[in-house]
Amino acid sequence: MVEEGKFIDSCLQKHGKFLIPILQEIQQYYNYLPEEMLRTVAEKMHIPFIDVYGVATFYQSFNLAPKGEHTITVCTGTACYIRGGPKIVEAVSRELKIDPGKTTDDMEFTLETVNCLGCCAIGPTVILDGEYYGEMTAQKTLNLLRSLKEEKKKYEQVELYKTT
Amino acid sequence: MPKIKIDGIEFDAPKGWSILEVAKFLGIDIPTLCYHEGLTPWSGCRLCIVEIVQGKNTKLVASCTYPAEEGLIVRTATKRVVHARKVILELLIAQCPTSRILQDLASKMGLERVRFKPKWEHCIYCGLCVRMCKEQMMARAIGFVNRGTKLKITTPFDRTSDECRRCGSCMYICPACNLRCDGPNPKTVLCGGCRNILQPTCLDVYESYSCWMGLKGECGTCVTEKPKEKKEI
Amino acid sequence: MSKLNSIKQLEELSKKLLKDKAPKKSVISVSSGTCGQARGSIKLAEAFQEAAKGNLDKIAIKITGCHGFCAAEPDVIIYPEEIFYKNLKVEDAPKIVEAVLKNKILMDLTLSKDGKNFVHVNEIPFYNHQNRILLKDNPLIDPTKIEDYIAIGGYKALSKALQMKPEEIIDIIKRSGLRGRGGAGFPTGRKWEVTRGQKNDVKYIICNADEGDPGAYMDRSQLEGNPQSILEGMIIGAYAMRATKGWVYVRTEYPIAVQNVLTGIKQMRDLGLLGENILGSGFNFDIEEVRGAGAFVCGEETALIHSIESMRGIPSQRPPFPAQKGLFGKPTNINNVETWANVPKILINGADWFANIGTKTSKGTKIFSLVGKVKNTGLVEVPMGITLQEMVYDIGEGSPKGKKIKAVQIGGPSGGCIPENLFHLPVDYESLSQAGSIMGSGGMIVLDEETCMVDFAKYFMNFLQNESCGNCSSCREGTQRMYQILTDITEGKGDSESMDLLVELGTVVKDASLCGLGQTAPNPVLSTIRYYKDEYDAHINEKRCPAGVCKALIKYLIDQSKCTGCGLCSKNCPSGAISGELKQPHTINQEKCIRCGVCRDVCKFDSVTYE
Repeated sequence: MVEEGKFIDSCLQKHGKFLIPILQEIQQYYNYLPEEMLRTVAEKMHIPFIDVYGVATFYQSFNLAPKGEHTITVCTGTACYIRGGPKIVEAVSRELKIDPGKTTDDMEFTLETVNCLGCCAIGPTVILDGEYYGEMTAQKTLNLLRSLKEEKKKYEQVELYKTT
Repeated sequence: MPKIKIDGIEFDAPKGWSILEVAKFLGIDIPTLCYHEGLTPWSGCRLCIVEIVQGKNTKLVASCTYPAEEGLIVRTATKRVVHARKVILELLIAQCPTSRILQDLASKMGLERVRFKPKWEHCIYCGLCVRMCKEQMMARAIGFVNRGTKLKITTPFDRTSDECRRCGSCMYICPACNLRCDGPNPKTVLCGGCRNILQPTCLDVYESYSCWMGLKGECGTCVTEKPKEKKEI
Repeated sequence: MSKLNSIKQLEELSKKLLKDKAPKKSVISVSSGTCGQARGSIKLAEAFQEAAKGNLDKIAIKITGCHGFCAAEPDVIIYPEEIFYKNLKVEDAPKIVEAVLKNKILMDLTLSKDGKNFVHVNEIPFYNHQNRILLKDNPLIDPTKIEDYIAIGGYKALSKALQMKPEEIIDIIKRSGLRGRGGAGFPTGRKWEVTRGQKNDVKYIICNADEGDPGAYMDRSQLEGNPQSILEGMIIGAYAMRATKGWVYVRTEYPIAVQNVLTGIKQMRDLGLLGENILGSGFNFDIEEVRGAGAFVCGEETALIHSIESMRGIPSQRPPFPAQKGLFGKPTNINNVETWANVPKILINGADWFANIGTKTSKGTKIFSLVGKVKNTGLVEVPMGITLQEMVYDIGEGSPKGKKIKAVQIGGPSGGCIPENLFHLPVDYESLSQAGSIMGSGGMIVLDEETCMVDFAKYFMNFLQNESCGNCSSCREGTQRMYQILTDITEGKGDSESMDLLVELGTVVKDASLCGLGQTAPNPVLSTIRYYKDEYDAHINEKRCPAGVCKALIKYLIDQSKCTGCGLCSKNCPSGAISGELKQPHTINQEKCIRCGVCRDVCKFDSVTYE
């Protein structure tokens, strides 16, 4: 709690009374907005907790639940939509067995959608762990995911081999 | 003092008054839902809309928040306004058919059908409870959360709140908590019980109300049995 | 570079930078905006830097923002000849460097059509139909280096403005006819005049870089590729309106734009172009950057202000207008990215120059993002008044797969569709508005025969019902109910009253909503009903989707004459609905089929059809 308090103090020093940049810093550091952090922010900034919660839930970029190790974001903007974006969302949703906005039970993957990344000319666009991929199809995206899973499995096997 | 013209009446409005305040002062009836004298106006329900002149066009605005500015011309019950109010009320009743206040408003406006599938929700997001908790009770325990289809009014993380003093004022002021006569599980979406049709017949003939107190005025429509022939206004 | 304390020092720096640009040096400009990077432009740029090692006295590699021709990325432009090489791979880099050193042209890397090669930028049809006042600077500057901007004449407009009276600047903007490029098209000069007229010591200006319209990315390109042009425009505007502080509100989904604007502001402060006593003029002004947090409604002025104030982005009633009472209760002027970027150009070239481009009521150029089912996707800057025909067919070169183009959607979720038979219409504020659309921020999405207009309207309604702030009952409930009706229609559950109800509900939502989002939310639906009633009729009365999109109304079939029995479709079918022996034509079990469309995507023989 002390460490978290110090982190928020430094955010407050940097951003003053502006709540949204502070929440953005917390989101960036922890990959989501933990409840305790929100309470601490409300206390230190003397803002009613409901106001902090109301702001945190209004904006799409804030997550209140922890995200998985890997985040796959599919663009659902207009240009990506008419070029087959929703098929990608459905395919990944089927593959990972989660709805958009949710994380797999093993906390490995989070599936998100976003309303326009600005890569409309090369749509449909998918971001996997910060890397942009253009002109994707459902199949290409599944292959990308599966190859990532394979690589992780190999890495884990190597690690296992090292320790035994 | 800004001079405005409302339903044909010229009026010197005190500075800072809204159109609704002027209308109430003059006795003109504008339906409201999320408005309450003791709370800041919210303009969320959109039932208090009126038609104002803007340049060469007219526009519908919420009278509870629109300021009475110099030179404003307002009509509170034109065909466009009355039709919009009816459809909005239809939407609200489809959301929450158990609210007595909504059913009373429906009877008053002469709403006869609801064409949408009822959601049977318990909240119409009028925000009265939030403003009550914040401004009158100073507790700030509840508020609006999320947006769009996921909008709701609740405590943080839907948990029992430490700030809530269990005063009950949110329930007191809530239109949805005020249940209609046949209770929480009515058979019909629209009550149609105490029908109180006070319909201005002049709207069948003219584009807007010609008078507002049911007096025998120039048009004489409301005191005759048949609508008169359409006149050019 | 040390701090500039006067206009004279800026002029001397500008001259020095121009001189330093060795005339004999060739420059390879690599297009590296977000979509360029998604196609590998960073690795390409590294390959160029590697290949040019040892020849840096003759060749310079410049990593710039987007060149605009996104379909041809990753691309480079070789200066000074302006040779354009398209769709490059990392292996092409050493070849190109060699060719530049030997003064040769690699024809197979240039664009071509019907056997004719287009070597130079001005020969390429995509470019030469445009009038690239703003976008032509992108390939010339590295957006992270303020020197590049100064070297091409940057901040000359500011120097000029600081020697004029504020009223004179506002007069120039008024006479130029510049209208807000964010979508509403309000005359900018008049807007500035209102803010200037407010009696308050503290005034603010904001650059609206939220660009929430899906399908539009003009602002992203300007923010990433040439942030200084926008910032210069803001200082000029602030000087004219006597504003004390400015904000750039960039959406968080544009990380490179956020970074480049931040870098730009820092470099300006270091040089003394922001802060106290700018260039010795006595004018104090600073700019701060603010990131959005993901809400389309925050593109609306009052919602944006609430977002900067760190509240929920709920729009509020106007009056009072932001120019009277905006951010923190002070007079605030908000303009779009493209509006600000036009200001320095108008100051340098004059109001008449700008007013001579475009039509009687819509002056200057407009940047559009031409995307969708069109061959040449990219950013297009055209004079107002150009026809849609020219844009889609001459610049865009029509459909990439030879399909019939059906319509163009302009204005994002607030706009409407213009059908193909109206492509002779000029692109300007008034004629688009009469046709049932709006100019919007510039998103122009081309639709073809495989786009279902009902499904398209449903897409927008879904977008809007989720992006609505939810406060107005008319917008919140109205958009949800309209979405429900459209869903019913696409699932074959529509009835004879559905369309009338949509129109009636749409009219009320338009009339009664508080902000621009609600007031324009029904536009996509109303415009598709206006022009594509036959498609709605087919869905409602015949339970048929003519474009083959609505899942509940179509079924996928395998053309037995085309199927080779390779089994790729059945392997990938998520519901196990396809069966068949190897090398024998396969069939789809309609009961198991979930219409996901994966078989259609993977089939290499085009044998999956629909009915």
